[in-house]
Amino acid sequence: MTDTLTPVLTANWADERAWTLSAYAATGGYEALDIALGMAPEDVQTAVKDSGLRGRGGAGFPTGVKWGFLPPADPENPKPRYLVVNADESEPGTCKDIPLMMASPHTLVEGVIISSYAIRAERAFIYVRGEVLHVIRRLQAAVREAYEAGHLGTNIHGSGYDLELVVHAGAGAYICGEETALLDSLEGRRGQPRLRPPFPAVAGLYASPTVINNAESIASVPAIVKNGASWFAGMGTEKSAGVGIFSLSGHVKKPGQYEAPLGITLRKLIELAGGVREGHELKFWTPGGSSTPLFTQEHLDVPLDFEGVAAAGSMLGTRALQIFDDSVCVVRAVLRWTEFYKHESCGKCTPCREGTWWLVQVLERLEKGDGKPEDLDLLLDQCDNILGRSFCALGDGATSPITSSIKYFRDEYLAHLEQGGCPFDPAASTAWAESK
Amino acid sequence: MSLAPETFDELREIAARYPQARSGLLPMLHLVQSVEGRVTPEGIQACADVLGLTPAEVSGVATFYTMYKRHPVGKHHVGVCTNTLCAVMGGDEIFACLREKLEVGNDETTADGSITLEHIECNAACDYAPVVMVNWEFFDNQTPESALQLVEDLREGREVVASRGARITSWREAERVLAGFEDGLVDEGPASGEASQAGLRLAKDNDWKAPEA
Ligand SMILES: Cc1cc2nc3c(=O)[nH]c(=O)nc-3n(C[C@H](O)[C@H](O)[C@H](O)COP(=O)(O)O)c2cc1C
Ligand code: SF4
Ligand code: FES
Repeated sequence: MTDTLTPVLTANWADERAWTLSAYAATGGYEALDIALGMAPEDVQTAVKDSGLRGRGGAGFPTGVKWGFLPPADPENPKPRYLVVNADESEPGTCKDIPLMMASPHTLVEGVIISSYAIRAERAFIYVRGEVLHVIRRLQAAVREAYEAGHLGTNIHGSGYDLELVVHAGAGAYICGEETALLDSLEGRRGQPRLRPPFPAVAGLYASPTVINNAESIASVPAIVKNGASWFAGMGTEKSAGVGIFSLSGHVKKPGQYEAPLGITLRKLIELAGGVREGHELKFWTPGGSSTPLFTQEHLDVPLDFEGVAAAGSMLGTRALQIFDDSVCVVRAVLRWTEFYKHESCGKCTPCREGTWWLVQVLERLEKGDGKPEDLDLLLDQCDNILGRSFCALGDGATSPITSSIKYFRDEYLAHLEQGGCPFDPAASTAWAESK
Repeated sequence: MSLAPETFDELREIAARYPQARSGLLPMLHLVQSVEGRVTPEGIQACADVLGLTPAEVSGVATFYTMYKRHPVGKHHVGVCTNTLCAVMGGDEIFACLREKLEVGNDETTADGSITLEHIECNAACDYAPVVMVNWEFFDNQTPESALQLVEDLREGREVVASRGARITSWREAERVLAGFEDGLVDEGPASGEASQAGLRLAKDNDWKAPEA
């Protein structure tokens, strides 16, 4: 039986100078690396596969299986292999990788070394979004300390294994979280998605075999190696194994990071977070960031694992639980997200580039009360032309808030038209608003 | 004016971190901004020279990313998150207050050159909403009053310390760190803020743990 909250990745976040090598080592840091280096790389891969770890960056692809897609080494034509960590964390609502790397960058660095060893990569990169200065400082220092301690560089721990690791700061573009856009960006180009296949495992960075994983996925690897695959698999649910960081934000009393087994419910999490803001009720929430269809009160008991959330019509995504109470206008919220997608559309494909522009036009007039009831069907029609027709998942994601909000809150859209404007007072939803 | 030889050396140093030099372009452009205060034509030319690209190719990359600025940035860059969650929690009001106080529009710099104000997208700190960033350092749980005080302190040159981060230097010095050059401030600030520890504290109080291996 697993307890309600299970700090693993978050366990040392309150430690004194947790970001330093000495603090990390004092709690058993880099012991997993020795264990891994004592194993064959294939066996480390098998352990990760058997643990049931699924990608923490949104799509939930089994990590060990992904590693297995790398083509076998070809002695005739040896190509270097790369590990790239996706630390771009820009999906609205997602705020777990950044505090992880600020508090305990060595957890990620140790994960990088073990994972690189497992896939036989000799170079690795951490692609971190540029807008987080202190996190970048902490990563840079952790990598420097790891080199000085011999955890990185040549002949790591006398094993004969060599690894170089570079921390690479992005420059402000949500699309660079999409894995193939990230690779283009890391090659010094505009961050636009690539056609797949070939998948990165076959032709990724510099057209070489590449594994790209989310920061939390890679940071989970040391604990799995240290405690064993079955320890990890024993938590969570059958198909969604292990623990994950759930990020609660918005109208709850104690927003923050709650690390729990997958399958916990929002009802439980809100209870742990002290409840919804005094005098208000939950109205809508995102289970996995703004690109995942909205949920409402009726979804409080949906198990927050990949299967449970999908069965209820949304996606677990990054467990970015943004909580909005009854003071919030859903049309305002959706318009703002849609403006974000329009701004972040990379422009490569027409449905997303043009479509997100049109979505904003229609939503703007609806929000102002200038629209017509038919605009709702127009919006749904536009979404239909974007979803499944876009080159990458950014376009698909842009439609999620719109279609789901019309499904659950059609009347609220219509109320804007009846009243000739927004019926809500924006001051009532602020953090400093007096409770009713 | 062409860039100083030392800057060329550092640009080459960045490019040399990568198996293929062009991978250095993003951090190189961060370095250009730290030296020049923006992405200048000279900076673009320098990157192009070091990487063997055309200025048009470098320019095409620079214009894609929102952190690269073509107009001069103030001593400090103040970003107010107005993505949905922060907006609703008060980010819109904070942004409106700062605009009025500083008498600038979005992505504009005050007449005295002290502050460039911009509304920004979700900065991965939603549990601290509403969030303001100064030179990409976190200022958590802001109010209109605290944000007004913050910009006043910055303009007056008083010492300002991030909620989760270091004492504020300048936008240019921050850009140098993004280019990959450490500034020695890593040990300032806490490991994490209160919200980051919310679940951890609860688990400790209740003695909840992951099972033993
Ligand atoms: C628009 C867009 C943005 C994304 N942003 C991120 C991100 O910031 N971090 C991340 O890990 N994955 C992000 N992803 C998912 C990645 O493409 C990829 O699935 C993930 O990095 C794989 O790692 P994982 O298997 O460990 O989850 C994004 C996807 C899309 C379509
Ligand atoms: S869906 Fe949008 S972000 Fe993705 S390739 Fe098309 S234009 Fe670019
Ligand atoms: S919405 Fe402002 S930090 Fe996420």
